[in-house]
Amino acid sequence: MSNLEQEKQLLAGLALNDSIVIEAIYRDNYPIIQALILNNNGNSDEARDIFQEAMVVIYEKAVSGNFELNCQLKTYLYSICRRLWLKRLQQLQRFGNLIEHLEETVVVEEDLELHEKHNADFIMMEEAMNKIGEPCKSLLEAYYIQKKNMQEIATDFGYTNSDNAKTQKYKCLIRLKKLFFAQYKNG
Amino acid sequence: MDELLLIEAVERYINGDMTPKEQVFFEEIRKNNPTIDQMIVEHTFLYHELTKQANIKAYKHSLYEVENKLSEEGFISKAKLYSKAKVVFFWKKYKRNIAVAASIAGLVSIATTILISSYNNKLGNSNITVLMAKIDNTAKKVDQLDKAITANPSIQKNPSPDYRATGFLIDGNGFILTNAHVVNRMKNIYVENKEGVYFAAKTIYTDENTDLAILKINDISYKTIYNLPYSINKKNSNLGEQIFTLGYPRNEIVYGEGYVSAKSGNEGDSTAYQVSVSVNPGNSGGPVLNNKGEIIGIITSKNSVADGVVFAAKSKNIYSLIEAFKKADNNATIIKLPTSNSLKGFDREQQVKKMENFVFMVVGN
Repeated sequence: MSNLEQEKQLLAGLALNDSIVIEAIYRDNYPIIQALILNNNGNSDEARDIFQEAMVVIYEKAVSGNFELNCQLKTYLYSICRRLWLKRLQQLQRFGNLIEHLEETVVVEEDLELHEKHNADFIMMEEAMNKIGEPCKSLLEAYYIQKKNMQEIATDFGYTNSDNAKTQKYKCLIRLKKLFFAQYKNG
Repeated sequence: MDELLLIEAVERYINGDMTPKEQVFFEEIRKNNPTIDQMIVEHTFLYHELTKQANIKAYKHSLYEVENKLSEEGFISKAKLYSKAKVVFFWKKYKRNIAVAASIAGLVSIATTILISSYNNKLGNSNITVLMAKIDNTAKKVDQLDKAITANPSIQKNPSPDYRATGFLIDGNGFILTNAHVVNRMKNIYVENKEGVYFAAKTIYTDENTDLAILKINDISYKTIYNLPYSINKKNSNLGEQIFTLGYPRNEIVYGEGYVSAKSGNEGDSTAYQVSVSVNPGNSGGPVLNNKGEIIGIITSKNSVADGVVFAAKSKNIYSLIEAFKKADNNATIIKLPTSNSLKGFDREQQVKKMENFVFMVVGN
């Protein structure tokens, strides 16, 4: 299997949230990223943060389905992390030139912009969820995030039958929708 | 249409749970009713966002799990090295700032030290002049030529001294008391009596605190003097007590008289008196005697700004000095301080005449 195909498979696995794939990517790439950050005024906590964020970026790309990797995954990850770290340094006002070995990098600005938008959406949804209050929040989380079926939810939350739970869930969803779109339009 | 029903339909539509027949029916409604269509679009978006949220959360959860696993394996360096790693990290991060701060602090403290010490010197010590004279060698040579004619020709050492001060015998065996600051500046020490005869001497003990030093004449031509006529007072003198001193502010013995003006020395130094007497550089180490012919002190310094403010170490320090000397060197010859006083009752001229034989010029280079 060629390198390219291997990486395609990796990305497919990533989109399915396959922890074996995640581990493989970590093993291949984490040390170099950690070195980059530790050599440039960062600590190991920050290295973990940055790598995680980069992993989320490639996940989003993989899920979107139109991820065409024009370079090695390694190069792509490195470029993402480098960019993210530069940005973080700027925010923290720790200036200084990046000391790095001459790694190949690719342009990732567009991908990162998209990622930031996703991030903003994520935060907005999180806030809307926090605002709808209980039991709506738990109810929606149980259904949409934990993917429990209505029968389970009815038992967990103490509804007499799954239909009542379902009705309640839809009411909650309507409230969430209002809150979410109110923010979305303001944002 | 009931909104709840609609939402349910939308969800089924998105998930693909509808039967083909239902799907056709649903799409028909969308086409004909723009409000419902808008609702469906919004709801689809929300639904996607929610799912995305759910998936990313699940994904992040997997990330944490993998990360934890790898941390435990030691593949990812643990961030919990708080204490040491933090110090190292902060050091790395701020070392430039720390260096700058440290050098500024260093400069400031040095500058402050210099300022304070110069200020202090102005206030205190620089006002105190030790009364040791720097010798003008030209004048000295002329003097020496004069003296050479009268002096014992067998003793023709020429020490060509740089400094001059005073000392006096405390033991006829050749022990001379002078100031510590006098001998500290001299490598080769000579003492000269009023006849102008030199004897080589060496320092055997000094005490910086009281500014006293003991010299021993090491010269075969020196002949032991028995019965020093003065005693050394163990008690404190009273204010107003009449005193006189003999010393070598110039190349000839000079007499000065005055009184005890305070019971403490410079800055309340209780080991010294303040006396009022006319002294000059060279008087250092000169004896201060009272009317009875008892030695009550040793001239050490004067205030260079205020007139007539002279400091003299108290004579009782001599006793403690001898004690300390004995302790420091067990093999040393015992110094016997003079105890009887035969100057008492004489008038001042007589006292001075006798006394001047035991006061020496201390010179050295």
